[in-house]
Amino acid sequence: MSKDWVVVAEDLVKTYKMGEVEVNALRGASLKIVRGEVVAIMGPSGSGKSTMMNIIGCLDRPTSGAYTLDGEVVADMTDDQLASVRNRKVGFVFQSFNLLSRQTALFNVELPLRYAGQMDASARRARAAEALKAVGLEDRMTHRPTELSGGQQQRVAIARAIVNEPAIIMADEPTGNLDSKVGREIMSLLLNLNKELGTTLIIVTHDPAIASQTRRVIKLVDGVVEDEGMKNGGIQ
Amino acid sequence: MNLSQSILEALESLSSNKMRSGLTVLGIVIGVAAVIAMLAVGTGAQDSITGSISGIGTNLLFVFSGGGRMGGETVRNPKPLTLQDAAAIADPFLAPSVERVAPVLQSSFVIAAGGNQTSATVSGVTPDYFPLSNLTLSEGESISEDNLLGRASVAVVGPDLADALFGFHAGVVGENITIDGQPFRIIGVLVAKGGGMFGSQDNAAYIPFDTAQSRLISRRTRDQVDMLLVQVVNAEAVPQAVDEVSSILRARHRTAVGADDFTVSSQQDFLTIASTITGVLTIFLGGIAAISLLVGGIGIMNIMLVSVTERTREIGLRKALGARKRDILVQFLTESSLLSLFGGLIGIAFGWLISFIVEKVAIASGTPFYPRIGLDAVLLATIFSAAVGLFFGIYPANRAANLEPVEALRYE
Repeated sequence: MSKDWVVVAEDLVKTYKMGEVEVNALRGASLKIVRGEVVAIMGPSGSGKSTMMNIIGCLDRPTSGAYTLDGEVVADMTDDQLASVRNRKVGFVFQSFNLLSRQTALFNVELPLRYAGQMDASARRARAAEALKAVGLEDRMTHRPTELSGGQQQRVAIARAIVNEPAIIMADEPTGNLDSKVGREIMSLLLNLNKELGTTLIIVTHDPAIASQTRRVIKLVDGVVEDEGMKNGGIQ
Repeated sequence: MNLSQSILEALESLSSNKMRSGLTVLGIVIGVAAVIAMLAVGTGAQDSITGSISGIGTNLLFVFSGGGRMGGETVRNPKPLTLQDAAAIADPFLAPSVERVAPVLQSSFVIAAGGNQTSATVSGVTPDYFPLSNLTLSEGESISEDNLLGRASVAVVGPDLADALFGFHAGVVGENITIDGQPFRIIGVLVAKGGGMFGSQDNAAYIPFDTAQSRLISRRTRDQVDMLLVQVVNAEAVPQAVDEVSSILRARHRTAVGADDFTVSSQQDFLTIASTITGVLTIFLGGIAAISLLVGGIGIMNIMLVSVTERTREIGLRKALGARKRDILVQFLTESSLLSLFGGLIGIAFGWLISFIVEKVAIASGTPFYPRIGLDAVLLATIFSAAVGLFFGIYPANRAANLEPVEALRYE
């Protein structure tokens, strides 16, 4: 019986033009991720892991190769279709939180729902409040990011990532701007959410301590997947 | 996202940088205030000029016998204008728009004095004729009711006629002249007025109506007159007065069907030309003011471009969260439109204030002048300012909407 693949990337090539020079960020990278997995993508800088993350998160399209996210064939989509896929299927957690600093925590969490545009205001608020409760910030809903600590801000960002019940959560160095104690809290929150909600968690990091908390580590070197991490605990 | 959310978000965004938003709005405020004030002043000028034209007699109608305009169609039995016609037109129940009527008998005669002779128009007039035609005397006195009753042999002469007869026109009161050989005494000289609608009013002599009727200008019937000068209550009532006079005369002349045997003309055409000129002036002033609105619009574009650059990361984030191009476009267009709409509203208030001050200054300096802010000007300014915001917002908003999410998120 075939596995429930959520991410299927085959032979991804991404070429950037830097003036006259063509740079190959990805040169035929392939990987597959099963629904519910926790995966770390590692690699030295310049290995193409950011490009990989952008393509998996549907922020960018590969130059060639096939990519399917949760059943959606992404390669030939228009910008607006990609936006819709991001909205429904991907929750982003960034290193620098990327919250709207003028808006309340609740508004920030509501934002993906606003762009989804299917809910009325009260339902949206209720859902956002639920997500904030799931990250333990039910008493900070009307605070603005400037009134929150770094860890709390990242919790808001995580609430924002899960509010649309996405297929995958893309966390790009989620603990990079936090001290180690708060970083551990954030990691355990992400892992708990994975357990509770079953949302696939993909963490891009160069921190081995973070990677070690995942069951599977995908290593990228020079634009190809060097190790899909299947043997040390990956689901095969 | 729906519109009210967009507006709320845009408001929050604008209020987060009050100084900058305020200065941007200022450009539009000045533009709209200038447009409003200029249009108001222009309309005020129009009113004022129309008013002064009315002062020199645009509310006058000239009624002649004989159909003029119905070319081809001839009236078989044309009736002349009579004093009875004049009386009927003067009747306030028949013609409520008519203020006064002055009958005129007019003919050209040889006029002589002291060996000089010349040809000039001689009009038999009533005392009303002078105020109606706005003729004023430089010396002597006008024709009076007594002159009419006594059929006096007196004349009021135009300055050109006096010049032709005596070589000068000052101090000729009391001199004797002959009109068609009959002796007349000059009792008044008119102030020079230049060309009138029917030839020079300066090379003319005016004698009492009854004198002309009985001794000088003999017509087929005794009551016949050559022209009726009709004063209308005000300039706006002129078209109505034309209708009233026409229908009275049609009824009296029994020409209700077919062509008229009389002609009514007014100086309304002159008024129309004046309105056109002031209208052009208003548009010209408004146009110049609109340039400042344009400059304000460019200010908006500038600030929106800065804002887009500053918020590149925010735009990237919104796109990552699922904002489509349209969402970003609407967000920035809402902001720029709101900016210019606020500018427009404040500008209208300022424009009103400027008009008010202009009015006060004009009154204080002795030339009453009333700038008028029409609803059309307000609507125009509001719509135009919002359009300016929209138009100049398109480029920055487009730039924001077309940002690549990856690039935008990476932007420092």
